[in-house]
Amino acid sequence: MPARPASIEQLLASKEVVISCGSGGVGKTTTAASLAAMAAVRHGGKVLVLTVDPAKRLANALGLEGFGNTEKQVPSEAFAAAGVKPRGQLFAAMLDTKESWDALVARHAPDRRTAQAILDNKLYDNISSRFVQSHEYIAMERLYELHCEGEYDLIVVDTPPTRNALDFLEAPQRMAEFFSSRFLRLLTAPYRSRIVSFASKPFYTVADRILGTEFLEDVAEFFGLFQTMAPGFVERADAVTRLLHDKRTTFLVVSTLEAAPLHEAEFFIDVLQDKKFHLGAVVLNKVLPSYLLDEGAAAAAAVMEKQAGELAAKLGPDIGDAALVRRVLVEIAESFLRFQVVAQREAEQRSELAVAPDVVATVPYFEVDIFDLAGLLRLGERIWS
Amino acid sequence: MKDLLDRKLVFVTGKGGVGKSTVAAGLALLAAERGKRTLVCEVDAKGNLSAFFETGPTKFQPGEVERNLYAMSMDTEESLKEYLSINLRLPVMARIGPLARIFEFVATAAPGVKEILTVGKLTYEVREENYDLVVVDASPTGHIVGQLAAPEAINELVKVGLVRSQTGWMLDILSDPERTGLVIVATPEEMPVSETIDLSHRVEQETSVKLAAIVVNRVLPELFGRGEEEVFDRLAEPDAVAALSGAVGGSVAPIVEAARLAVTLRRTRAGHLERLRHEIDRSIPLLYVPYLFTRSHGLRTTRQVAEALAAELGY
Ligand SMILES: Nc1ncnc2c1ncn2[C@@H]1O[C@H](COP(=O)(O)OP(=O)(O)OP(=O)(O)O)[C@@H](O)[C@H]1O
Ligand SMILES: Nc1ncnc2c1ncn2[C@@H]1O[C@H](COP(=O)(O)OP(=O)(O)OP(=O)(O)O)[C@@H](O)[C@H]1O
Ligand SMILES: [Mg+2]
Ligand SMILES: [Mg+2]
Repeated sequence: MPARPASIEQLLASKEVVISCGSGGVGKTTTAASLAAMAAVRHGGKVLVLTVDPAKRLANALGLEGFGNTEKQVPSEAFAAAGVKPRGQLFAAMLDTKESWDALVARHAPDRRTAQAILDNKLYDNISSRFVQSHEYIAMERLYELHCEGEYDLIVVDTPPTRNALDFLEAPQRMAEFFSSRFLRLLTAPYRSRIVSFASKPFYTVADRILGTEFLEDVAEFFGLFQTMAPGFVERADAVTRLLHDKRTTFLVVSTLEAAPLHEAEFFIDVLQDKKFHLGAVVLNKVLPSYLLDEGAAAAAAVMEKQAGELAAKLGPDIGDAALVRRVLVEIAESFLRFQVVAQREAEQRSELAVAPDVVATVPYFEVDIFDLAGLLRLGERIWS
Repeated sequence: MKDLLDRKLVFVTGKGGVGKSTVAAGLALLAAERGKRTLVCEVDAKGNLSAFFETGPTKFQPGEVERNLYAMSMDTEESLKEYLSINLRLPVMARIGPLARIFEFVATAAPGVKEILTVGKLTYEVREENYDLVVVDASPTGHIVGQLAAPEAINELVKVGLVRSQTGWMLDILSDPERTGLVIVATPEEMPVSETIDLSHRVEQETSVKLAAIVVNRVLPELFGRGEEEVFDRLAEPDAVAALSGAVGGSVAPIVEAARLAVTLRRTRAGHLERLRHEIDRSIPLLYVPYLFTRSHGLRTTRQVAEALAAELGY
């Protein structure tokens, strides 16, 4: 058995697909982009970051005007501006749910006419953007497609904030189940034959009264069309599931050290392990600097608060007016102690982290915005080894 | 402009993790303390709203968590059952179970149906005047527009039937700025601010709900007043740090470092706040909630948020 990777650097060298996930706002997109950039610079090859956010800022950071469903290469000028010469190439793409759905329909529909009928259906527009976890499914589906094309050595995927992480992992399976569901058959049964079926009669009676026959017929027609794509869809969904479980695929769980996101991360890690997905690493992001935990400094701050007046006198007029100096000393001492409370809580959270994956990377809170490739690489550097 | 808490229905949304639940809980608590019979409803399946009041898990049936304050969590299946029993007076309650499951399936597939069950329940509570105020810990930015626009979507797709016949009064409530308002929560960071600006435009264009306020959460305190920053800069010079450390009897370098961090963070964020103020219509109030430097988050911090909001609202 090969040695387990001890760092994200090693992990990324041995994988083809990396999926960055976690609670809202923790830094999934930033992490995914940083790591893809790092891999392109250090490992070489063709690296793609596939994001689900309409992240204009990220596009700008990568030196792109914007990006969409088709991959765009990050220009060499962006790397030059960051002062690095990458060994490989970096590409970026942003998931366009609607476009991806259209492509799926075109692929799976039995013929052109059916495909067009689906695309023209008035329910389709709504459904392609709101359908059962359509976003989650389509992200995984697009990933599968890109992986199959074999164009890239490494694909780093950014995911939407998973309210329920399970939705995401199970999206392909649910899609497959949806197509073989009894309910779908009920719904798409020709209108006349429904009346005969005793078992489903109460359903139709009630549904008719609530939604109206006409709407139900629209729905039935739509799903009737949709069902023609079932075989292709089911097969595809199974393949996507296999890719997610493949040993070339790994998951990064990103979290901050705040209670709520961490709780969600732990839950997600449990699920990953339970369902036998590969948990590559946990990235703890936006962590406050460790000097805030300094015991000596806490004592010093307490002294500063209490004896600010005397200290100001001792420092002398070169620093400034004694009253001003006194106020500044009190302010910074108090500010330190306030931050320390939070830093201590974070340290505690960290030590209580119940799970122990092979790799845990800690990324500090950056004081300034990450607005260019240099910034992404600086952050990536901290995750890397 | 009508006072935020004098409305009947307030949706609280924002980017993931910015503090939607925190603000919804704070607003609800504030309203309850001011004597309003208040319902706070969690729409997400997350189930962490109860943590803000330190009570047991919230259910579909509202439970009293504080005086005047009731909490519930949305459950579209329960909502459907309630809807069916109110509107169809189905005699056999037992039948509703499996029926609801089938319906749930149609609802997930048919656009807008699930959303209408959520919005329907909320507006129903308003219509029946069961509460003085309903505060909704709503879906994040990505989903809120679909939810708020559900009645219109249904109107377009469904031509007859019970659901259709009921979208009218829902729209009446939602589109009345005297009764309904949207609150967007943002933190003073790049992405949350950009999302807030985008969302405010989308809400305006795609829904009938009006933006009532923006809450800027996690605002860091301004450390220095006039003239103090220059003093700090001189104090942060290596010689001064050494002298101060000697006088204090221990290294103060981490303290100076921490102050520098606080100043830089505050400055970076001020830029984003500036952009927010500039891009959002002047008539929309911006309410600031400070960053809470606390060991844990619970009822105590919810009270602090309520107090901060009270001050901002001029109470
Ligand atoms: N280590 C860090 N230090 C400072 N700021 C950071 C750090 N990591 C991320 N950020 C900032 O935090 C914000 C949220 O990051 P990001 O968008 O990557 O999160 P996300 O998890 O993708 O969010 P969402 O769930 O909304 O998709 C951004 O403004 C980003 O620049
Ligand atoms: N003003 C504040 N100061 C310090 N911490 C805060 C503040 N507001 C919120 N938090 C903390 O930030 C985290 C996220 O807050 P909250 O759960 O309210 O966000 P949310 O937007 O509802 O998140 P989600 O999108 O996951 O539902 C919590 O741990 C909360 O305690
Ligand atoms: Mg993101
Ligand atoms: Mg929440």
